Parts: sequence; structure tokens; C-alpha cells
Amino acid sequence: MVSRFSYTLDSSLDSVNKVEEAAEQLAQKSGLDEDQTFQLTMAVREAAVNAVLHGNAYDPEKKITASFENNGSSLIIRISDQGNGLDPATLPDPLAPENLLSGSGRGIFLIRSFMDEVHFKLLHPGTELTLVKHLDSTQKSA
Amino acid sequence: MSMKISTRQVDGVTILDLSGRITLGEGSVQLRNAVRELLGKGSKDILLNLADVNYIDSSGIGELVSAFTAARNQGGELKLLKLTKKVHDLLQITKLYTVFDIKDDEAEAIASFSHK
Repeated sequence: MVSRFSYTLDSSLDSVNKVEEAAEQLAQKSGLDEDQTFQLTMAVREAAVNAVLHGNAYDPEKKITASFENNGSSLIIRISDQGNGLDPATLPDPLAPENLLSGSGRGIFLIRSFMDEVHFKLLHPGTELTLVKHLDSTQKSA
Repeated sequence: MSMKISTRQVDGVTILDLSGRITLGEGSVQLRNAVRELLGKGSKDILLNLADVNYIDSSGIGELVSAFTAARNQGGELKLLKLTKKVHDLLQITKLYTVFDIKDDEAEAIASFSHK
């Protein structure tokens, strides 16, 4: 059975926290274990931070949307903003020696580390990130 | 959801006992301000006790790195004490585990500072 819900939220840290809580609930309801729940929740939080901070730059006129779906075989989370658009090819590698001591630039890297699939889509304006976590056989029946 | 910081001095080293979450917004800003204040007062040897930090995001990781470089740039040292498994794993994934001097024992950590 497919379950799906979505939010449209202001560009604020409160919204980031709300999206994070929704991700945690989805993970727990879908039968993910503690480590998987932590990883999914963190990836979704980082995506929401990107949307609010780097995408919409806290602009009160711009919204973020977050949708959460369990289609029985995967969890699919989409986070979009109304900013200038993010080209992932331009992101520096945070593991490169020259970037290791940078004070920022690890969010997308962590998202990619923790999710099975990450897709970027330019929305004109804005960016949509799609995060996918595949479920194993026990989780599919959860 | 926020972070608490308490400060103590042991044998010339300032220990910051952190608890809660180091995330974008409050936690990261608190940590930045605390380290800046210490460095401004000339306290350059800093040990961050992360035993009770149960969550850190990319902003918090960045803040740890910034604190590390700020201390080093002023001729001091910033080390980490007692990482939780989650924070340990995050520092490994981001290759920062080799950058920071990380200790499990407080007395050993204090003794390892060279400028005491």
C-alpha cells in the first residue's frame, strides 16, 4: 500500500525541524532500525537545510515543500525550494585535502552517503532533491 | 533540542562540556561564541567533551572544524573527548577523524596538550 504526505513550509529553521520529525516518523513506521532511521533523518534534515538556507536564503516570500512516500519497496522523500537552482556538478569534494578543513560544504555529501539514490532536478526557479531509501523484505511488510 | 555548554579549567586546559545537539542555528552559534570568547581571553588550549552530544549535523561538523582551525591559528590546540558512536561515525565518513586529536580519557587528554 502506498502512503504519502506532504508539507508546504516557510523558509525557517522551524520548518527544518518539522521536516526532520516527519522523516523520523516515516522511518519508524516503515520499520527502519535505529541506525537507518538516524541516517534517513539526517539526510532529510540536510536536504531541508539546503532548501531553506542555500536555496531560499531564509526569504519569507519563498516556500519549501517536502513530500514523504512509502511505496512498499522504497521510501521516497522530495524536498524542493524556490531558489536560484543547485548544480551538483559545481559542488566541491569535501574529502579533498584542500577542502578537509572547510567550515561548510558537507551537507550533500552526507545525503549521498546515507541514501541509496539522490536525484537533483532544476525547477526554474528552484531545486528538487529526491532521496530514495530501498526497503528490505522485512521492512516492506512493516 | 538545544545545546548546553559548561566550562571548567583543568591544569591549564579549558574543558567545554557540551550536551544536546550541535546543529544549524542555536547549537552551532553557541559553540562558535564559546570558542571565540575563550580564544579572545587567551585560553588557547581547549578540550571539547562531546560525551553528551547525541546529534550533530553538517553545520555542527563545520563548526568543530572552524573551532579547530581558529585555535590553531592562534597558536593553541583544540581536541575532542569522548565521542558518541554517531559522532564518531560522522567524523570517519567525512575523513575528519584523522584531522582531530580525539581522546577517550580526560586525564590523558589533558596531559597531551603541549602548551599547558
